[in-house]
Amino acid sequence: MSENPTSGKTSVKSPKTSAKKQKGEKKAKKSPKGIQTQLGEKDEVDLSMASIGHPEIFPLIFTTKTQEIFNCRIGEDVTEKNCFKLIKKEDIIQDLKTAAISDFHPVKKVVLEYPGEELLVVFDAKFQYGQNFYLVASEEAKENILKPPETAEEKEEEKEENREEALEVQPYKPPVQKPWVSLGSEREVEEESVKETAPKIKYMVSRVQRRFGAPLTLTDRNASHVGDSYVECTPYQDKTFIIKVLENDVGVQIVPKVREASTQTKWTYPKNAATQYFPRQLSSEEKEESLSSKKLKDFLTSVHLRMEIALQQNEIMNPFFDDWKALAEDESSSDGKPDVYLKAYQSFTDLHYLKNKTISCVCWHPTIHGIIAVSAREQLSYEEQVNLSDKSLLQQPVIVFWSFSDPVHPQLMLECPQDIYCFQFRPSDPNIIAGGCVNGQVVLWDISEHEEMLQNAKTVADGIQVTAVNMANASVLNVLSCLMKPIKYIQQLLLNVILKVILEVYEQKEKPSLMQVQQSSREPPLVRHCAISSIQYSHKKPVTDIHWQPDCSEDHQMDATLENKAEICMQLVTCSPDGSILFWDIPATKLPQPPSSGKTKVKESLYMPPDVPDTSKHLDFCWKPLIKINLCESDINREYSPTRISLRELHYRYKTSEKMQPLNILQLLAKGSPYTEMNISSSKNLKVLESISTDFFIGTEDGEIVYSDWKVEMDSDSAKPKHTQEYIIHTGTINTLQRSPFFKDTILSIGGRNFAIWKEGIMNGPILQSSCSTGRNTAGHWSLTRPGVFFIGRDDGNIDIWDLMKKTYEPCHIQNISKSAISFISPWIGSPMQHFLAVSDDLGVLHVLEICQTLIYPLIHELANVLDYFEREARYLKYREEEFLEHQESQPKTELKRSRKHRERKQYVILGIEKNKTFFIPLEYDCSTENRRREEMKQQGSADYIVFFDLEKQIQVDLGLVKGQGILSSSDV
Amino acid sequence: GIPVRTTLDNSTTVQYAGLLRELTRKARSAVRDIDPQNDLTFLRIRSKKHEILVAPDKDYLLIVIQNP
Repeated sequence: MSENPTSGKTSVKSPKTSAKKQKGEKKAKKSPKGIQTQLGEKDEVDLSMASIGHPEIFPLIFTTKTQEIFNCRIGEDVTEKNCFKLIKKEDIIQDLKTAAISDFHPVKKVVLEYPGEELLVVFDAKFQYGQNFYLVASEEAKENILKPPETAEEKEEEKEENREEALEVQPYKPPVQKPWVSLGSEREVEEESVKETAPKIKYMVSRVQRRFGAPLTLTDRNASHVGDSYVECTPYQDKTFIIKVLENDVGVQIVPKVREASTQTKWTYPKNAATQYFPRQLSSEEKEESLSSKKLKDFLTSVHLRMEIALQQNEIMNPFFDDWKALAEDESSSDGKPDVYLKAYQSFTDLHYLKNKTISCVCWHPTIHGIIAVSAREQLSYEEQVNLSDKSLLQQPVIVFWSFSDPVHPQLMLECPQDIYCFQFRPSDPNIIAGGCVNGQVVLWDISEHEEMLQNAKTVADGIQVTAVNMANASVLNVLSCLMKPIKYIQQLLLNVILKVILEVYEQKEKPSLMQVQQSSREPPLVRHCAISSIQYSHKKPVTDIHWQPDCSEDHQMDATLENKAEICMQLVTCSPDGSILFWDIPATKLPQPPSSGKTKVKESLYMPPDVPDTSKHLDFCWKPLIKINLCESDINREYSPTRISLRELHYRYKTSEKMQPLNILQLLAKGSPYTEMNISSSKNLKVLESISTDFFIGTEDGEIVYSDWKVEMDSDSAKPKHTQEYIIHTGTINTLQRSPFFKDTILSIGGRNFAIWKEGIMNGPILQSSCSTGRNTAGHWSLTRPGVFFIGRDDGNIDIWDLMKKTYEPCHIQNISKSAISFISPWIGSPMQHFLAVSDDLGVLHVLEICQTLIYPLIHELANVLDYFEREARYLKYREEEFLEHQESQPKTELKRSRKHRERKQYVILGIEKNKTFFIPLEYDCSTENRRREEMKQQGSADYIVFFDLEKQIQVDLGLVKGQGILSSSDV
Repeated sequence: GIPVRTTLDNSTTVQYAGLLRELTRKARSAVRDIDPQNDLTFLRIRSKKHEILVAPDKDYLLIVIQNP
């Protein structure tokens, strides 16, 4: 900075003078220290510690004397810790007045102005304020000084507490105004503020006065002549002054746009509407056109190949094969064998009725769950039996009904006149039971009154007492049910009801005594038979097999217009070792149908007092068979003695009412109706009978299986003789001859030590024949659910389970059931998951076994496989037969003839038994001609007929039409 | 579809024709959607009872119902 010497003096001078003046003033103020009173306020201000920030504190020096006066001697009254001393204002004023120079003098004014009574004097041991004591000049400060040590501590404590509390709850505290405390921010402000630091420079410019107002001389100059004649100042950008905008504050405000809108939907009125459409179809011309069009031809040619491929694929591989199902089957079959095929479920016996008896027959109740009926017979040979049968010494024979719910008490007993060899529930009405007696009679029971009781047997353990009541109730219900019958029968009803009521009254009288007896002995109700066949026309030997034939009760209802509603087809077929097969019609009266005229009769017979010994008076004894077939071998004059019979099911014949007609005739015949009626209907029957298959199998006592046909015409002169084929395969009495439940033409026969399976139509022999076993086979039954399985009971108490799908040469499983021989086997489907096998033995015990799962569910394609197996065997048999024939033809003919002569001849007789001794008439011919012919034949005698027949046979044999093994001749007896 | 020729009875034919035409149309469009250059040539419907074979073309359908 260049200094102008002239101007610089003046400028520097003035500050100097001012500074000197200030100094002088200060000196003047500070110099007169001693004269404090004069200066007054200004001294006091200086005395206070305002400079340090405590204007109310005034340091003092107390002399020892003063200390004594005010009781504040150092070390005695005041110590460093107890440094406070309150001195009364008056005392100080006193001291100020009395003492020449009081220690309080410097603060006299403060003391005088002090508002309170006492002044605080603090011993300043550390000379904090420069003297040994100091005075607190205001009440406020006195309080602060006196209390702070404590309050500070307290505050700290409080703070700590507060902090702790604050952690928990922070209640709102309104902010309190506080004095500003400097923390250094004022320095920053100081730094920011702009101050003049450099001394200002002064310039003085002056001009000589004479130069003012001089004349001007101006000349022209050329600007281009001299270089510095002009200066050009062009504008330019100064880089130092360019500021880049780095930050920019911009504010934006978004305002939502709001709009109002509304719409209105129209509500349409619902209307019912209907449309009808039909598929479009081409007219015949259009069809013709499109069929002949080239387009279609092209299409077919193009598509033809694809379709053919698809069909071919289907042909090769079955598209309907269910892989999933097949998978499941494999798994189940791979489960491994169960340990027990037959699991004992329950066993029944009765010490009273079944002791020392053999069970002859077991039947499950067809409809009620868990009810099984058992018949027993004496363990005697036939001869003994026959001998004993006259004497009624034996125990009363019964059929016992057991229920699963009560293994001890029988549910029901059927009273039998004789030992029962076989019995069957009627399939269409399980309340009817037919049984065959040892003496050849056939017996019928009706248990409809006890049906309810049997059904309730599950729940009522001590059902016996209830039954007595039930019986009485049932009878009343019977009357009621009769009353409920349709009006159609009212006329008949009127009569019946009267009769019934009478009967009921009679019954009620009878019953109490019976019931008492039953209750006292805890005996189950005893049911008396309702019909029994006449001894004269019955079998001569025990009835060994009995079968119900499907009847046509449904059709009867349709035929209500017919005079007799109860016309029944042949209902029962029985056979017996006496060589006869009987077809029975059950007495019409037995049917639980709307009361017919006959019913009352039965009722009478039913409720005949049981004590009446004279059975010949019994109405039932006039029950006779419809047809009798005698099986005898003409040559040897030996009769077959069938023990088992198996007929084809006949139901398909009875489907229409027209087809019913032949049966009607049988019925009429049996009833002894006028011939005229018979003649009329017989002409219609021609066709019907033609379609009937009348073939049957029988198993005999000697172990023969006989296949024959019972449809034998009286006019056999014109017709072909019937073949009767006989096979001796079994070593003992046939005890089972049964059709498979799956293949109606397949028959299982069991007898002696082996069994065989036969196929109807294959007459060369059995399609399967077992080898001889060590023991006797005594019973058998097909499985109800698996086509290839059957059970065979043995005399050693074992049960053989045969599974043709596994092995055909030996049983797949053998299980011991009893100690004695098995006498009967009967399977039953209790539920889809539970199948039972009832097995009875010679000791009178009935075992009910549960069949295991593997024997219940058929394998895949088992039916087809078994059928295939049977057919294969049949084919093989045929083939063998052909071979045999070829072989035979090569032999000399004479030998053949001889062998044929030795063949047995069978005679085959059919009988119609009637009250008036009319004979059964073959239905294919008009009855009048038939009768005439028969009389002629009678005159001729049977001998002529046989001669004729033999001749015919001879002719046929010579012609090769007949193989000559079975020769039939039919004749009257 | 309108049956041109059939071996079944009329009502069954109409039903089959109508339903299978629709199905074939759908199946074809599915095939074409997946690949526009592809086309349906044959349709087999395997049911529990039968197998229905359908050979489609531009204008005609050939339907075969096969029993097991």
